Amino acid sequence: MTPDPITKLMLDILRMPPAASAHAADVDQLMVLVHWLMAILFTGWSIFFVYVLVRFRRGAHPVADPRGVRGRWSTFVEGGVLVAEVILLAFFSIPAWSSRVDAFPSAQQSTVVRVVAEQFAWNVHYPGADGAFGRTDVTFLSATNPLGLDRSDPAARDDVTTINRLNLPMGRPVIVYLSTKDMVHSFTLPQMRVKQDAVPGTVQPVWFTPTRTGEWEIACSQLCGLGHYRMRGFYSVQTREDFASWLAAETAALAPR
Amino acid sequence: MFLKHFFSTDHKVIGLLYAFTALFFLLVGFFLIVILRWQLAYPGQPVPVVGPLLGDANAPGGIILPEFYNQLGAMHGTIMVFLGVVPLAVGAFGNYLVPLQIGAPDMAFPRLNLGSYWFYLAGGVVMLSSFFVPGGAANNGWTSYPPLSDLSPTSGQTWWLVGMLCIILSSLLGSINIITTIVQLRAPGMTWFRMPFLVWAQFVTAFLLLLAFPALQAAAILQGMDRVAGTSFFLPSGLVVSGRPLDVSGGGNALLWQHLFWFLAHPEVYVLILPAMGIVAEIIANNTRKPLWGYRLMVYSLFVLGVLSFLVWAHHMFLTGMGTAISAFFQATTMIISIPSVVILTSLILSLWGGSIRFTTPMLFALAFLPMFGMGGLTGLPLGLATTDIPLHDTTYVVGHFHYVVAPGTIFALFAGIYYWFPRITGRMMNDTLGRMHFVGSLVSMNAIFMPMFVQGLAGVNRRLWDGGMEYAHAQGVLSLNVHMSIGAFALAFFQIFFIVNLFASLKQGRVASANPWDATTLEWSEDTASPRVYRDPYDYSPPGAPRDFVPQYVARVVSSGPAEG
Amino acid sequence: MDIPYTTDVRPDTGLTNPKLGMWLFLASEVMLFGSFFSSYALLRVGAASWPDQSAVLSVPLAALNTAVLLASSVTIALAWRAARQGDRAAYRGLMAATIALGIVFLGVKGSEYADKLSQGLAPSTDVFLGLYYTMTGLHALHIAAGLAVNAYLIGPGARMWQAQHARFANRVELAALYWHFVDVIWICIFAVFYLL
Repeated sequence: MTPDPITKLMLDILRMPPAASAHAADVDQLMVLVHWLMAILFTGWSIFFVYVLVRFRRGAHPVADPRGVRGRWSTFVEGGVLVAEVILLAFFSIPAWSSRVDAFPSAQQSTVVRVVAEQFAWNVHYPGADGAFGRTDVTFLSATNPLGLDRSDPAARDDVTTINRLNLPMGRPVIVYLSTKDMVHSFTLPQMRVKQDAVPGTVQPVWFTPTRTGEWEIACSQLCGLGHYRMRGFYSVQTREDFASWLAAETAALAPR
Repeated sequence: MFLKHFFSTDHKVIGLLYAFTALFFLLVGFFLIVILRWQLAYPGQPVPVVGPLLGDANAPGGIILPEFYNQLGAMHGTIMVFLGVVPLAVGAFGNYLVPLQIGAPDMAFPRLNLGSYWFYLAGGVVMLSSFFVPGGAANNGWTSYPPLSDLSPTSGQTWWLVGMLCIILSSLLGSINIITTIVQLRAPGMTWFRMPFLVWAQFVTAFLLLLAFPALQAAAILQGMDRVAGTSFFLPSGLVVSGRPLDVSGGGNALLWQHLFWFLAHPEVYVLILPAMGIVAEIIANNTRKPLWGYRLMVYSLFVLGVLSFLVWAHHMFLTGMGTAISAFFQATTMIISIPSVVILTSLILSLWGGSIRFTTPMLFALAFLPMFGMGGLTGLPLGLATTDIPLHDTTYVVGHFHYVVAPGTIFALFAGIYYWFPRITGRMMNDTLGRMHFVGSLVSMNAIFMPMFVQGLAGVNRRLWDGGMEYAHAQGVLSLNVHMSIGAFALAFFQIFFIVNLFASLKQGRVASANPWDATTLEWSEDTASPRVYRDPYDYSPPGAPRDFVPQYVARVVSSGPAEG
Repeated sequence: MDIPYTTDVRPDTGLTNPKLGMWLFLASEVMLFGSFFSSYALLRVGAASWPDQSAVLSVPLAALNTAVLLASSVTIALAWRAARQGDRAAYRGLMAATIALGIVFLGVKGSEYADKLSQGLAPSTDVFLGLYYTMTGLHALHIAAGLAVNAYLIGPGARMWQAQHARFANRVELAALYWHFVDVIWICIFAVFYLL
């Protein structure tokens, strides 16, 4: 799907990180439209502004006319801005947002992971083959078990955990259940156009469908303390086969337990 | 002798106290960010010149630690907003000009007015002192989001709360005073729609301060209880910090703070911008020599802005887990609130049409305000739409957006106001050449600082990063902009020297000004302040048949003398 | 320079400066306590469990305190009437009664605090008690501030009785206005913390 030249021109100007998820096109489309609106308004105002400054400078126009502008076109400009905003809101932003927060895919068709943020790392928890997350509790917390996973729970036996490493298969929806152990963090996958605050005491679901393979970084967008600047993780979108074999290898490494 | 001014109840003296104190704090806040910008441009390299003065706890060997970096960022925001811009816009300009422009003998409650200044000063002293407590000043962003701020080990955060309570009390007293003065003390003939636009702007601003600040007052008390009395208003159950379960009862809600904070802080944005619009409107009417275009419409827009500003706060919280309905509501209010801003901005630009424009120094700043504020307003659109907020939230795009509103926006308007009313205050003009150099230098360097922030933000670079984003791969392509922006900041610092020299030198050596050097119409330029009476609209410039190109509000009859002079 | 309308009413607005100022102050107080009550609602709605409030707190004591404050609202209203009518003895007696009732209120409140604390029920115990101490504490501070004003108006402030009687009566009116407001806030607190 190649964007039309006008969209492409603005995309080239904006230079956002390469988009690699299914809904990124919606986000970028709106981003492009809003920036076109801004550019047109700013250019229009600026041309008028400069023209007026030149034409009505004291040297060229020594006696002011107190009546000012006639006509109603300022109303049309203001009305036009309102109409443009309503269109952007009603036809682009609200539907796109709704598809983010209302239209979650079913868990069966998705890769489901938990991501637990803490100062200053991302803990990732895969449910394993049984599709069920094992029990976690603070009493099990340790340096080697930052999630506090209870390995004696049957559901936990095949659970794979990683730190700062999120692997995902391409072309399949991903549901991330995001939570935090301590502060507010913000889970950011720039190329997926995903950003979600991890709010203490709550679990925030996020979903997206990666459409390209690649190796990128997880960023934290919310000031979370001294190490905020280095709260970086890695995520990679793999082919389904690569992902399956990675997960199998991680699961196999659990076997001795 | 000097100290007696600190006990004066004269609104003009209090206004000047506010002005000088606020200018001092603007300088302090600016100094903090210049140090911070050094770290962003050259992470981990010792700060030149001032580095050794920062203290070993903050910057060993002159290299800024992340702890100190976060202090600089949090206190820059706090000081600029609460101790710099608002006190200058409302405390100084409001105090000095509102009674004069409506022909009141003083503020309605002169002693309360002095009390308001004292609370402000106390808040400022508390904030500055907090840099010297063990652990340093508050370092959790100017937004002080819990749990981070609740659990922050430095007592500086508690000092921050105490300082905020002082500032809130101050602005509470100040806003009661301004509203009462405007309602009660208008001179005979000064009807509501004969009030200068600046007075209207101060009136609406005062209501915002009066009704929005209590939310932060409540929030600060709750956070203070969390920090001092061990409550958990903002701490949910089950928190684990640094591997240890937190020993509190829990059951709180971290988002409660964000709601209360932004319930204040979004109206606060309009507190920052409305007085600036007021100042710009005065200067534009005066320097175009014609009435404001759409004066009434602008006044109505102020009210719409004021009311709506209480209904948009959660657009700062789109990413905290918001459903479609609530996000749609806040997106809609956010889009609607842009319209009255567009109306005011358009009216100000249209006011130029047909004028005879004098490019005086105050007019240059006022004119630059228009596109700069326009830039700030427009870049608010993608942030106000929840979908485009996803990639932009908490990036430097946001920082660029609100700095365009406040720095080359509001602060330019405040500069304009200082150049414009300086002769009214001192009887002398400020130097024009220095003023123009200050203007050009500031305009160029401010754009050099803030424009690249949009580029970085679109590339996904987050704000509040100690190393300026060096850690991240997606930031590499735009990392060098950090150096450009910082050079812009250093240049901006340099160009403020012109202003500071001009301000102090002109006090003694400025050209002596006549009583009404700008040929202005509003009441503050009247020589007879004993018992003012008002006869006409605020901007009676270039009326047909008048002997000169302006008729002041205090002039009863125009003596017709044939065609108007030039 | 004299400020107009400190004592007389401005004809076109129908207000004196102090009265408008007091109304504005109370508007801001409404926002302050409104923020606290909103916080209470948000925290309670989001809470996993909430204690049986009336079992933790003493409803009879709070009902007594409500009666005490309501009585003090009556006495201060009558004190204002007496001040307007120039009946100095009645004014003194009624204002003194208001102050006495306010002190009784604070005394009862203080004994309630002491009782709770001795049972180990502190602000840090749970969010409900945190809110209870914070909001009733803030309200008690408002009562204390009102008491200080009332004491001033019966003591050194009453020197204006002769020279500027109208102005003095206005001040008593404002003190009464504030006192009624604090009373209303207490009724809200009573309803929310003890009855709901």
